[in-house]
Amino acid sequence: MKILTLGWRLLLTLCIVMAMCLPAWGRTIKIGVIGPMNFVQGKSHWNGAVMAAEEINAKGGVQVGNEKMKIELVKADSNEFLNVTDATNAMERLMTQDKVDFVVGGFRTEAVLPMQDIAMDYKKIFIGCGAATKSLCDRVAENYNRYKYWFRGTPFNDNYLVRTSFSHLGAGAAVIKNELKVPVKCAIVAEKAAWTEGMVKVAEATIPKMGFELVGVWRPSAVATDVTAELSAIQKSGANLIFTLFSSSVGITFARQAGELKIPALQAGINVEAQKEGFWEATKGMGNYVYTSSTYIRGVEYSELTKPFVEGYFKRFGEVPTYTADTHTAIAEALVPSIEAVGSLDADKIVAYLENREYLVPSGKVKYEKDAQGRPTHDLTWGPGYLTGLAGQWQDGKFVGVWPYKWVAAPGAPEVTYKGMVPLKIPPWMKK
Amino acid sequence: MNIIITGLITGSMLALLAISFSLIFGVARIVNIAHTAFYMVAAYCIFSLTGKFGLNPVAGMMIAVVVVTVLGLLAYKFLIDPIREHEAAVLIATIALAMIFQEAVMLIFTGDYRTVSALIEGYFIVTGVKVFYQQVLTFGVVLVILGILWVLLMKTKLGLAIRSTAEDREVANLMGMNDSRLAMITMGISVALAGFTGAVLAPLTVLSPYMWMEPLIMMMAVVVLGGLGSIKGSFVAAYILGFTEALVVFMIPKGAFLKGSVALSIMILVLLLRPEGLFGISFEEER
Repeated sequence: MKILTLGWRLLLTLCIVMAMCLPAWGRTIKIGVIGPMNFVQGKSHWNGAVMAAEEINAKGGVQVGNEKMKIELVKADSNEFLNVTDATNAMERLMTQDKVDFVVGGFRTEAVLPMQDIAMDYKKIFIGCGAATKSLCDRVAENYNRYKYWFRGTPFNDNYLVRTSFSHLGAGAAVIKNELKVPVKCAIVAEKAAWTEGMVKVAEATIPKMGFELVGVWRPSAVATDVTAELSAIQKSGANLIFTLFSSSVGITFARQAGELKIPALQAGINVEAQKEGFWEATKGMGNYVYTSSTYIRGVEYSELTKPFVEGYFKRFGEVPTYTADTHTAIAEALVPSIEAVGSLDADKIVAYLENREYLVPSGKVKYEKDAQGRPTHDLTWGPGYLTGLAGQWQDGKFVGVWPYKWVAAPGAPEVTYKGMVPLKIPPWMKK
Repeated sequence: MNIIITGLITGSMLALLAISFSLIFGVARIVNIAHTAFYMVAAYCIFSLTGKFGLNPVAGMMIAVVVVTVLGLLAYKFLIDPIREHEAAVLIATIALAMIFQEAVMLIFTGDYRTVSALIEGYFIVTGVKVFYQQVLTFGVVLVILGILWVLLMKTKLGLAIRSTAEDREVANLMGMNDSRLAMITMGISVALAGFTGAVLAPLTVLSPYMWMEPLIMMMAVVVLGGLGSIKGSFVAAYILGFTEALVVFMIPKGAFLKGSVALSIMILVLLLRPEGLFGISFEEER
């Protein structure tokens, strides 16, 4: 009888211990990572999130009130390049089947808008890490109670992207003027895609105001495999600066053929393919001197968080993070400190705390904007001291940071140069 | 000059694809939607063989053509032949086959863009226009292949059999020609040509798992414009559309992306005036 009693007591004790331990290793914070997983954008979404989860879990997890909870990631392939319905289905599954607590990711605006609606229906915090369209954040200001769970993680909105691109263009023009002592003649080459429509119109109006001669606008298909015709015409026009707007494969074709034909002009602007490590190989080295906006470049530091993130990512995945890898920032810098501060997974409490925070991230400092009427937009503040982005240039096989380099954002403002920047170069064949 | 060069290259690529597509349609009435997917597979084979295994580009091209031909023959034997009599079923099955190839390429190589080195780097200048050596080489190779194909079709017994089956399958069958075997051989030649097109054009293009879709539409347009099943028609129509594309790019810089639409509009216009296409047999006559 005594033995039986002892057995029961042991069993009871074991049950109590297990029940006490359960929250420590049984409960997790589920974060959905949504993106086009077969493409570099989605892979970066996932890699950034994995890195953040590994770092946080290695330190024991997230302190939520009295509990220590680990992060569990749920991968969702949005397939949004091909099918927006796949994206909404993936988001719906995250909400209903996987029952995630938070979501990070998304890339194409066309897919992110409906995905945003689904996340809002379930009152889940969704930090966007890909789409630049401003309207995503305008919705927060217009209908705060519904859309307050949305935050922009990266990149800064399309208005700021245009503004930054013109700063890059101005820097390129300054080098041409200084070194060649000739007037700047600018050609616009933009792939035919929805995101470039507005930018081309703004560029057509802005470039003459910047004091450059606009020699023409070329609109190849986003998947054009031959642009020699356009390049011949551009050379004939006398352009020495080419404002590029490419996000698709035409960015490789254009850079490769322009380099091979030694077109005497500097390419500046946005070329998403040129931001990738594989660009040099993809253009067989012909992409030398291509100059494009970027977010992370090895050796360039915005803040003390940049180097550990970029080098850690490079060590872990063998490549430099693209901007969609800022899922790392969304988890490690935005969500986790906010959860720990409010001591809860309650979305409303986290929103109230996060929207008022100002915090360092690997790409600068985050402060959420308010609109002209003072309503929160959860959009990112752009400018010196906050987020500015970078521009890099391929120089003899290496992608180096060239902007901001002695950049003056406004008359009288101090010069901005991040650590690790080098001067921009023009192709040597322009000097002949 | 640039219009001529661009038109010739585009036209030659379309000609190779369209002639090989017409060949199998004419002989076996097989609408092989996966035709340009074989072109994509060949391009990726070269990328792998030269880039990852360091093989000589010419050897890589040969192996790629062989691999694609074998794949085509297997697809014919196990997928197309059993349902050959049902044209709609063949069409759907080949769409499925193309999607399978696309997804397989996506799984193996991911959606990232890839490129292949040119066989000859550099360019030369003709009347102030820069022309890549690789473009000239591609054009020359395409002409040689078209010449070989012409000899095969016009000067050999096999060619005679293919042409007679294309003209009247039932009569050819009655004359003792093995219709099924001939269809398989033609499928092999057709797919090999698609593979060859992929091989010669790989250095001039950017590889992606969706690269088969755009040429498919243009190839179909060429075939319809030239007349379904007409090899001569495909040849002429390919250059008409090739030059149209080049003209659009040069004449309307802001509308360069419209080159495909303009070419397709010309096709519709010709069909309105001549429904059987430039060299096709009228539908009434065929019935």
